[in-house]
Amino acid sequence: MTIKNDDMELLRLVTVGSVDDGKSTLIGRLLVDTKGAFEDQLMAVRKNNDNVNEGDVVEGKDIDLARLTDGLQAEREQGITIDVAYRYFSTPKRKFIMADCPGHEQYTRNMVTGASTASAAIILVDARKGVLTQSRRHTHIIGLLGLSHLIVAVNKMDLVDYAEEVFERIKAELSDFCAQQNIHDLICIPISALEGDMVVERGDKMPWYKGHTVLETLESLEVSDQIDTRSFRFPVQYVNRPQSDELHDFRGYAGRVVSGTVKTGDEVQVLPSGHTTRIKEIVTFDGNLAEAFAPQSVTLTLEDEIDISRGNMIVHSDQLPTTADEFAATICWMGDEPLSLRKKYFIKQTTNTVRAVVTEICYRTDTNTLEHLTDIDQLSMNEIGKIKLKLLSPLTYDSYADNHATGSFIIIDAFTNNTVAAGMIAKS
Amino acid sequence: MSHDSPAHRLTQLKVLENESIHIMREVVAEFRNPVMLYSIGKDSSVMLHLARKAFYPDKIPFSLLHVDTGYKFKEMIEFRDQYTKEIGAKLIVHRNEAAIARDMNPNQHGVARCCGALKTEALLEALAAGGYDAAFGGARRDEERSRAKERVFSIRDNFGQWDPKNQRPELWDIYNSRIHDGESVRVFPISNWTEMDVWMYIREENIPIVPLYYAAQRPMVERGPHLIPADETQHLLEGEKPKMVMSRFRTLGCSPCTGAVRSSATTIDEIIIEAAAATRSERETRIIDHGSNSMEDKKREGYF
Repeated sequence: MTIKNDDMELLRLVTVGSVDDGKSTLIGRLLVDTKGAFEDQLMAVRKNNDNVNEGDVVEGKDIDLARLTDGLQAEREQGITIDVAYRYFSTPKRKFIMADCPGHEQYTRNMVTGASTASAAIILVDARKGVLTQSRRHTHIIGLLGLSHLIVAVNKMDLVDYAEEVFERIKAELSDFCAQQNIHDLICIPISALEGDMVVERGDKMPWYKGHTVLETLESLEVSDQIDTRSFRFPVQYVNRPQSDELHDFRGYAGRVVSGTVKTGDEVQVLPSGHTTRIKEIVTFDGNLAEAFAPQSVTLTLEDEIDISRGNMIVHSDQLPTTADEFAATICWMGDEPLSLRKKYFIKQTTNTVRAVVTEICYRTDTNTLEHLTDIDQLSMNEIGKIKLKLLSPLTYDSYADNHATGSFIIIDAFTNNTVAAGMIAKS
Repeated sequence: MSHDSPAHRLTQLKVLENESIHIMREVVAEFRNPVMLYSIGKDSSVMLHLARKAFYPDKIPFSLLHVDTGYKFKEMIEFRDQYTKEIGAKLIVHRNEAAIARDMNPNQHGVARCCGALKTEALLEALAAGGYDAAFGGARRDEERSRAKERVFSIRDNFGQWDPKNQRPELWDIYNSRIHDGESVRVFPISNWTEMDVWMYIREENIPIVPLYYAAQRPMVERGPHLIPADETQHLLEGEKPKMVMSRFRTLGCSPCTGAVRSSATTIDEIIIEAAAATRSERETRIIDHGSNSMEDKKREGYF
């Protein structure tokens, strides 16, 4: 017997929801049922230390599933999730990386951290409580971040007698909210995480529901987000110039193909200088490639000697991004101190870091009503809004809608060095 | 797996590999003086291999730092010296000589004190001596619940300490490498790898590992639930008698504190089958993870 994973794909997902909506129970259920948690880890979070039947623990009974994911002492002391925990499980088809996010509003920035690398989200809604402010906030953020798939798990169906109309009402309300912000690919599933209905097993309580279970859904979502069909973008990370005699003439540009594909011989342009040349080689440790595609990390050599350094971007000449020293962007503010028009910030976008000032706060979004509130002079922690930025030197970028990798940036406080915002460049 | 398949799909292992390479290059580009912690274990072997790939055709552009407690298995030290020489890597070995001279050991002084002196203190000393502003570590988030919470770039204060309640947001794959003088960053390029991924990758890439990972007849003593190697660094307790047991190590640490598991897995395929069937986590054999001094406590103090 040989165990292979030659064709196993990766799906990154994020789970969010309000406090006490049963998220930990759902995650625990997925981990226990896919054997993503080990016996000794489960035994360590059993509810009481006496008379524990190990078999029950292994089946997920009699354990405090929240303590499995709440990895910090402060979280266990306070009984709340403060920061993202990353969890790993797999089925024969797929490996899943799950970012388990806090539900409290004050930790929204950690939720954004968890969601930014995911391509699918599960939002938990308590069937008894319906769509809460926090559900709307999370849905809005998932929409802003442009995740490909949104799954709404309406949990605790056992506490509403598995009533179809409760599920349909919540589904309709969230579908409306999503349609207002152009999220159309919404999958709603009625579940009971505690009883296990529609998580891994269907159960027999909801024959009226004909769709997939949570795990079936996770296994069937389209993994590829077609980043290889977008324009070729290669932010230069590092200039590779070996200091040895035999490689004396080697000059390669190390980086990651963040979108699109590139072949040897392709005509390319280097930005911001605008010089054109051709791809000579695509170098890797495993031999040169004829073609590289996203998200491969490779090293490019070029036909002509051009002055190129970290922060430059190599692109195809017929698919140019924008190079400019100002843009508008939607941001999630994460700093302890509010965004200020008078402070100095750094922007890090792809492999570039530049100084910047915020010239205007266009509006703040009320994440409950999606209303744009104007006449705003600051954005506080966990608030979302649109701003205009002026940069000290130009950046090469696309809009976030066109390209997540070249349209995203972080704002760094120049004094504290903290990351104070996640930004998504608007279409100009 | 062919790189130029028309579908442009990467297997999950290749996605992870490319992510790790991206992280390593970011660090070398943005930090003044990075170093890679090298523990000689399987995760370190994977880290070294990824570093070779990241900077090819150049050699690895930073030093490897091994914190030697004096309790490492002799097979580990042999492997370390031979393999780093073979790939042309620069190796720095640091020991807390003062503590070793005092005969610091886990049996008399306790596991927590011994680890604190020989690992954490030694590590902080070595990092300060080298003036490193970034240190790569091979920790994985699936290993332990406080590690599951840690960022890829983990900021440490002047004392090398971690503040888990106040971690920087980390968005997309844009890593903030700006720090104040005296602060440093621990970087975990294989955060998203699982134990299974590590084994699969070792097989796929033919990566050399310390022979202790393969099953053989070895002298062991049974101590509680643990199978403890009875080698020359081991202080045997009263009544303990070594016997030969067909066994191997799932993780490698210091010999007095690293348990073995009964196993007949002598090939990488057999190890993978065993790992897939395992119902208990690999760190269960690491005595340092148990007891009141948790991994989180040790990380706060500056441990990896």
